[in-house]
Amino acid sequence: MLRALRAYPTLLRVGIADMIAYRTEFLIWALTTNMPLVMLAVWNAAVDDGPVGRFGRPQFIAYYLITMIVRLLVSNWVVWEITMSIRHGTLATRLMRPLHPLWAWSAEQLAAVPMRLVLVAPVVVALVHAAGSELTRDPALLAIFALSLVGAWLVQFFLMVALGLASFWIESSFGLFEVWMGVNAVLGGYLVPLELLPEWLRSSTGWLPFRFLLSFPVETAMGLHPVDVALGDLGIQWAYVAVSAAATLALWRAGLRRFAAFGG
Amino acid sequence: MRPTRHVRVLQAQLRASVANAMQYRADFLLQGLLGLMWVGVSLIPLNVLYRDRQSIAGWTWPQALLVTGWFTALRAALEGAVSPSLTAVVEHVRRGTLDFVLLKPADSQFLVSTARFEPWKVLDLGASFVIMGWAFHQMGRAPAPLDLAAAALLGLVALIVLYSMWILVISLSFFIVRADNLSFLFSSLLDAARWPVQVFRGALRFLFTFIFPLALMTTYPAMAMMGTLDATTAGTALLVGFSFAAVARVVWLRALRNYTSASS
Repeated sequence: MLRALRAYPTLLRVGIADMIAYRTEFLIWALTTNMPLVMLAVWNAAVDDGPVGRFGRPQFIAYYLITMIVRLLVSNWVVWEITMSIRHGTLATRLMRPLHPLWAWSAEQLAAVPMRLVLVAPVVVALVHAAGSELTRDPALLAIFALSLVGAWLVQFFLMVALGLASFWIESSFGLFEVWMGVNAVLGGYLVPLELLPEWLRSSTGWLPFRFLLSFPVETAMGLHPVDVALGDLGIQWAYVAVSAAATLALWRAGLRRFAAFGG
Repeated sequence: MRPTRHVRVLQAQLRASVANAMQYRADFLLQGLLGLMWVGVSLIPLNVLYRDRQSIAGWTWPQALLVTGWFTALRAALEGAVSPSLTAVVEHVRRGTLDFVLLKPADSQFLVSTARFEPWKVLDLGASFVIMGWAFHQMGRAPAPLDLAAAALLGLVALIVLYSMWILVISLSFFIVRADNLSFLFSSLLDAARWPVQVFRGALRFLFTFIFPLALMTTYPAMAMMGTLDATTAGTALLVGFSFAAVARVVWLRALRNYTSASS
């Protein structure tokens, strides 16, 4: 643990240098997060006939722009890293180092955050300009929003590591990842705000992990929930942080025993 | 370029793909379920949008459903017949193994375009026909035979445009090494084709009609099927389709000249 802490600043520096070297790839990857803008355009045409529930034009603008911001900050590509390093055997090199690979992977992903912030900045400006009045002014909710971003990042990181580690047992995690993405798009509020979903779909979103990765921070920033409800949700989210971290570590220990590297 | 030999090559490549797919029958089930899940996911926002309104941007629910049907068909064609072979090209270029393709006594673009098929995507194609049938059932009529023929023709044009754009993306891999991110960007942009193009306004409408012609891919075939597409637009679409194919051919040949084998 202490060794990891000492090595961490260096790992971060390496990660940032890596990000700067592959900046075009990063930009292209970021542009794939365009679904919120398309959905915003669609709703923009739909609200001509009046608002849907609590959502009118300004609310939709705020919702989808914040969704884009949270998604750009929170998502990661650790599934690819892990699946590829297991399949190609390069995991062996990482295992040789006197540092748990989880630390190295987390540093790589964390190093992308400054670049993501640069990318998110214009979206924030657009958000404040176009729908600033829809953002909450309550300092308590803003604090919860900040914490919920950290929580979302952690849950997403651990879950994606767990998905990647599934390649110890199955040939490729990408199929699983695709299932995850599909369910997540609907139940996480990426496509449509959760409160507009039909009742039979919405009922399961309260306790499933998906909304804590995306729509919970978004709704908090818009002040859609009172402080006590948001606090309760924050508790659930951080419980998910603990559970996903424990599950990932258990998977790691079980999976490593099955790992046999060729070449590398 | 002798046609009969190319027909025989196509037969052989198809046979190999089918044999390959038959080996992984568990994958078949997974792929089938995945396909159906994505179809379901794409219907949810549509359902939410039309829950309490009659029409959006002039499109009623069954009409928009028809566009979704065409979108499903197009994506099935893309993932079944176009993208599996062409993503392999990126890897060939990166590793320098494209040499083996270029050495073969057949047209290189033809060879790389028919290298791999995913026969299971036929299921998605079936699902798309069900959606189209459902849409017409809700309109309470059947499409006129002449309209069906026009729609089939425009569907073919859509496929040609899609294929040509994909060839253009792949040609880029001769110049920048990591083009796999570009293919992700391409499919994420294609996702916007599930909506009638009239839903978009301003710059987005221009982009999706003229630059990245999503209108041509799903909206026009759907309109032709309903008999609401005028002859001028249809004619222009045909013209655009074939010029796209010509441009893609020229760019492919030029990009090929840029290929310097990496390994040998």
